[in-house]
Amino acid sequence: MKLFQRLVPWILLAIALFILPAALDDFRLNLFGRYFALSITALAIDLIWGYTGLLSLGQGIFFALGGYAVAMNLMLNTKSLAGGNGIPKFFENYGVAQLPFFWQPFWSPIFSLIALWMIPAAVAGVVGWLIFRNRIKGVYFSIITQAALMVFFHFFNGQQKLFDGTNGLKTSTTELFGQLVGSPEMQVWFYRLTVVLLPLAFLVCRYFTSGRFGDALIAIRDDESRLRFAGFNPVPFKTIVFLVAGALCGISGALYTVQSGIVSPQYMSISFSIEMVIWVAVGGRGTLVGPIIGAVVVNYLRSLVSEALPEAWLFVQGALFIFVVVLMPDGIYGWITKGGLTTFLAAFGIAKKSKTYPQLDKEFIPVD
Amino acid sequence: MSEPLLELNNVSVSFDGFYALTDLSLKLYKGELKSIIGPNGAGKTTFLDVITGKVRPTKGTVTFKGKSLLGVSEQQISRCGIGRKFQTPRVFDNLSVLRNLELSASPDKSAFSLLGSKLSQSSKDEVHRIMNYVGLTPFANVKAGSLSHGQKQWLAIASLVAQSPEVLLLDEPVAGLTDEETLRTAELIKSLAGDHTVVVIEHDMEFIRDLGFDVTVLHQGQVLTEGPLEKVKSDPRVIEVYLGPPEQ
Repeated sequence: MKLFQRLVPWILLAIALFILPAALDDFRLNLFGRYFALSITALAIDLIWGYTGLLSLGQGIFFALGGYAVAMNLMLNTKSLAGGNGIPKFFENYGVAQLPFFWQPFWSPIFSLIALWMIPAAVAGVVGWLIFRNRIKGVYFSIITQAALMVFFHFFNGQQKLFDGTNGLKTSTTELFGQLVGSPEMQVWFYRLTVVLLPLAFLVCRYFTSGRFGDALIAIRDDESRLRFAGFNPVPFKTIVFLVAGALCGISGALYTVQSGIVSPQYMSISFSIEMVIWVAVGGRGTLVGPIIGAVVVNYLRSLVSEALPEAWLFVQGALFIFVVVLMPDGIYGWITKGGLTTFLAAFGIAKKSKTYPQLDKEFIPVD
Repeated sequence: MSEPLLELNNVSVSFDGFYALTDLSLKLYKGELKSIIGPNGAGKTTFLDVITGKVRPTKGTVTFKGKSLLGVSEQQISRCGIGRKFQTPRVFDNLSVLRNLELSASPDKSAFSLLGSKLSQSSKDEVHRIMNYVGLTPFANVKAGSLSHGQKQWLAIASLVAQSPEVLLLDEPVAGLTDEETLRTAELIKSLAGDHTVVVIEHDMEFIRDLGFDVTVLHQGQVLTEGPLEKVKSDPRVIEVYLGPPEQ
């Protein structure tokens, strides 16, 4: 089982790198590119929720901020989309003659590449620090993040002159390196980029969850006030992981935006941020592979169900969530690694039954 | 004697008008070993809450090495060298025994140092020594949540020792332990006595006798009497407090 756990990330990576591009057509490959982009968000949520116990219902904020950053840069640098003033046409529709000041730096691709994770990280850092230093935790933290999400949603939705309101920013018709971003060739490149960035995100999360820093995160989840009495201040720990999670969500949102062709305030809808949490719960929180599996499985299922029975998806998603919470509290991956699969097979006589207490006691060999 | 290490002066704590501590004054000198007993509701745990910064006294002063502890956060007080074991053994259930201890033993407790540096070999050796002493070495990689109650108590005490505080405050270290475990815990605490200042709060008289520390009796938030156990036990006021007023 240990070997299996060590091999799983490599197997998944090999599938993503070699098998999927060979087996799938452009359309399906693009869909998987989106799932992998969403997996980065799932990893981020696992870092703050699965490990540290901070259930954020507002990760959509950071996801959308990353998407808007990349989308505006692409729009600004596409000549065919420019109106009379050399800025995107939609501004003209609302009578905006000059690019709003905060969009100015987004002319620069380098600035935009940094901003797409730096801005979400900064927002997360400030919001997180204010919440954590006031010792707000548990349900109250969840409610505040959700309220913050609504604030951002309504702001982006209502400000047509700044963000094109509910229409959002379309990236599929923009150009990058002289090519249409929505073209199949570009989409393959975005797939490759995503498959490179996802393992990097995985390594970032592993860096923060291993060693004594990771132990401190688990300690915060288990008993935060006890950790204080051991001399640790939980505030910087929580702020750091929330900030890192914000940055990861920003990257994830940017990758998702270029592959889905649009960023809109819908990315900051309440239901979407809750779905993100469901991916992690379904995949298995507290492990780093689980959330990736969860995001891919749930979203692939969504595509399949939506194609077959468009109205049924929400019911399936709800049922899936209840099923997992009741029968697999550790998610799919946790269920497999904790011997759920063996127990399941044993019930049908396919695998050997697991050992019970008296046998275990005799065989108990301490590990170093 | 010299300056007291820890001093509480006329400390009162009131919860919505109910006084858990009333004008409690207590001095603790370096290297001193003290047991605190008292009936339920005497204010024993509140006394520890005040020292460790969990509860802010309504009035009075608390000083450690001459510096006031009022308004200082829990983690700062802990870093000053005051460690506490809670009434129920609070360990980090999802960390293994070894990791529980290594976390507590971290010399620098800032987030960045935990991220950057590895635990030094000397700290690791110390952790193994402590773990061995409390007999938890065979369970080094077992999650603390699956230990028995007694083992959790020891892990809690061991974590506290790994923190290497100057003052150890132990709230009911033998609650729920078997007689043999109680005896071993007494040995453990006595072995710590040399270089630490220890305060033990307990109900178990047998255990208090095994320890042989001086006893302070708390009653209704005040010190009723102090002294060796035998003297305290024969004090009529103590008997009255524990057994109720003599029958008419």
